[in-house]
Formats: sequence, structure tokens, C-alpha cells
Amino acid sequence: MATKQATRGKTVYKPFSMSSKEYKAFLKNREPPRAVLANCAKAFLAGGVLCLIGEAITQFFVAVFRMTPEQASNPTVAMLILLSVILTCLGVYDRIAQWAGAGTAVPVTGFANSMCSAAIEHRSEGLVLGVGGSMFKLAGSVIVFGVVAAFFVGIVHWLFGWGS
Amino acid sequence: MKRGKRSWMFPSPPVIRAAGTVVGPDEGAGPLAADFDLVHPTLDLGQPSWEKAERLLLEQAADIALSKAGLKKDKLQFFVGGDLTNQIISSTFAARTIGVPYLGVFGACSTAMESLALASLMVASGAAELVAAGTCSHNCTAEKQFRYPTEYGSQKPPTAQYTVTGAGVALIGAGGEGPAVTAATIGRIVDLGVKDPFNMGGAMAPAAVDTIQAHFEDTGRQPEDYDLIATGDLAAVGHPIAAELLRRSGIPIDNTRFVDCGLMIYDTSKQKVQAGGSGCGCSAVVTYGHLLKKMAQGELRRVLVVATGALLSPLSYQQGESIPCVAHAVSIEARP
Repeated sequence: MATKQATRGKTVYKPFSMSSKEYKAFLKNREPPRAVLANCAKAFLAGGVLCLIGEAITQFFVAVFRMTPEQASNPTVAMLILLSVILTCLGVYDRIAQWAGAGTAVPVTGFANSMCSAAIEHRSEGLVLGVGGSMFKLAGSVIVFGVVAAFFVGIVHWLFGWGS
Repeated sequence: MKRGKRSWMFPSPPVIRAAGTVVGPDEGAGPLAADFDLVHPTLDLGQPSWEKAERLLLEQAADIALSKAGLKKDKLQFFVGGDLTNQIISSTFAARTIGVPYLGVFGACSTAMESLALASLMVASGAAELVAAGTCSHNCTAEKQFRYPTEYGSQKPPTAQYTVTGAGVALIGAGGEGPAVTAATIGRIVDLGVKDPFNMGGAMAPAAVDTIQAHFEDTGRQPEDYDLIATGDLAAVGHPIAAELLRRSGIPIDNTRFVDCGLMIYDTSKQKVQAGGSGCGCSAVVTYGHLLKKMAQGELRRVLVVATGALLSPLSYQQGESIPCVAHAVSIEARP
């Protein structure tokens, strides 16, 4: 073998050496790619189905309880949150999410799942420090950056006077 | 006893007197199910927390190993163990139950072979006559600590690995029946700058290559001296990379059966485990359950297990650090 040489009866191999840059390039070609297009399609489908369910719930409130569509929006969100929490507690939301990706993460059901899953997971650490302290572990950043984003959108809205 | 730069060859090799393996439902649904001593049908094992379930796995594995060897707990002199949870609480709490002098070790998923190498060294050097080496991991404690809550709906990339729920304990004795631990090579930290905690196989492959190469150099052995060389948990991404890197270094790895415990424990085509298994329990249950059984049946004579560990913490990767990796190799031989 070309790279192997016998020195005093001992086998010496070419030492393994690769720079971090070389290895990154080497690794990149050998990683299975993320199915970006398929994931987009699945997210579109799953997100669309969730919105369709939401629309059906809204129509239900409008038809049965004689609400206006504006009045129906809050109970609709509450119903979707309830649905997400039930599916999380039954242990199926994470399985749907592995298929649906952003389709179940972006809508309000994803937010509910992040809080509910953290509450279940940290229940063993007590109600105050466990459930209370850890519930916003994931959801906290959504709230923080949601508020920050809303602030800047609000400023832009006020400066240009759009929509008024 | 020391051979070359970082290997030990044991002149009077310690013996694996018996071993116990306990696994969870996903491992029980995998191709090696029949090789494990106890398969739990649920992940919680009837315990109120994942952490309690994990330590129960290790306690049961130790009990099974002792009863298979026909030994009482008081014959056991030391326990060397470790796991993935913060401050290795699973091993420590199991050691509280086992009640013998305890050395806690941490090598992430390489802990199985780290503890076996240390226990063998203790026995071979005359520091003890009977030492238990054990390790455990639980899918849900690992998810909770390193990733997200278990029920959180995140989409895992195909390079991610599935932490094995399982524990394996081996009893290493100065004599008696069983396969012998003939050599061990201790790994050094190899870090080639991979930062993605969802591609640990890719991060760990160079560490495995480094240790395998050192093992051959130190011991003068060749791949063909082994019936099988098993890496710990490189899985579908890391294992072919390790094979390719070994070939590049001129090591004729194709002269032996080069396999990976993380690919053996699950049927990756049917089970939803992404790239394959990982965790301390992965190489422990495959080695102590499957490989030892094959050796007892005479199908394997000499094997090298190279357990790989990604030594990251949730803190280190959130701070943008790369993943330091290590691999420890232990050579086990069946005796006629």
C-alpha cells in the first residue's frame, strides 16, 4: 500500500489531518439534503388545512351563535388553541409537526404547542419553578420578538399613515 | 501494559463475567430486540419522571448482570458509570441504590467504552477483582435537556439522531468464564469545527477515525485481525464518512466488517429515527446485548468497539461553540 510503510516491523499510517475548513467542505457533500421544496409544499398544505379548520369554526360561530365574523375571531383562536393542546397532550402534535414542519409551527396552534409541551415536560419540577417558570421557555422569544416587531411596524404605520 | 502512545494491552486480560441490558419500546421494536434481557413496553417505565425512568434502566441492568453471573451485590467492589444527564444524576442515583464505591465518568455517548476501559484497567492492574461498568440513556431526558420538550412539534432534519432508551452493565472480573477485554485505546478530543447539534455523526466521525488509527498503530494490529469493528453512534451520516476517511488514511477498513451500533439497533428504513440511534445506551446495549451474544455463539471471535461521544452542552452550542468529540476503543475477544 502506497501510504503504508513498514518501519522496524511497525505499521505507520498516514496521519489523519484535515483542517476545519476542508472538513466542512467534505461534510457538506455527504450530508443528506433537507427536502426544502417538499417541506414547503407540506407546510403550505398543513398550514392551509389548519386555516380551513379555523374558517369552519368561525362560520360555525357566525351561523349558530349569530356572531359577526369579528366577534367570532377570538373564540375561533381559543378553539384552535384547545385543539392544539389536546393533540399535544395525546402525544400526536409532534408527530404531525415532523411531517408538516412550518405548517404547524407558524399558526397559533404551534404557539400553544410550545407552551403546552414545556408545561408537561417540566411538571416534574413543580408547579411554580417547573410549569410556571418553564412554560415560556420557547414561547417567550415569540412574545418578545413579536412585540418588538409590532413596535417597529407601528412606527412605520404611523409615519406613513397607511390604512387610515 | 501501556503500548504505544495511548493504548493499553492487558497481559492477563480481565473477563466480562456477565452483562445486563435493558431497553425501551423503540429498541424493542428494532432488529436486535431478541438480544436484550429486558424490553420495557413504555417509555416512562411506570415512573413519575423521565429521569427516574432512566435511572431505573441502569439499576435493572446492574441487577440482571449480577444475577446472570450468580453473584450477590456485596461481591461487587467498584462501579464505574456515567450518562448524558446534567451532573450524571442517573448513574449517581443508580450507584446510590447499588451501594458500592462509585466512580462517575462522562464521555457523552463514548461513556460505555470509557467505563469498560477503566473498569478493565482497574481489574488488570490488580486494583480490584470485580468491577461493574455501566451506562444508560433515555430518549426523553436527552430530548428535554439537549433539544426541546418531548411533545414539542419541531421538524428534525435527516441528519438528526434518535437517542436510545437503554442501559447496559458489564461485570469485569479477574478470572472466570466469559470473553476477555484484551486492549483499549483512549481517544483525544477531536474538533473539526462542526457546530450543528443535529449532525453529531458528522461531527464525531473524525474522532472515531483518529482513535481507530491510533489503535492500529499502538497495537500493531490490522483491520483483518478483527471479525468486526463497530463504531458507537455515527449513524447513517457519520459512519460512511468515517469509512471514507479511514480509506483515505490508507487503512484497509474493508478487510473487516465495519459497522455502527446506531445503525444496528433500529431498522432505519421503517422506524422514524432519522439517521439512526445515539446516546450512551446505544453502544452499551448493542455491545453487551448483541455482540457478546454473537461471541458466545461463536459467530464473532474478536471485535473492536469504538464508542464515539459528542461532548457538547446546551450552553456551549447556544454560545456558538463547535462540538468537541472523542472516541474510545475497546477490544473484546471470545475465549475458547
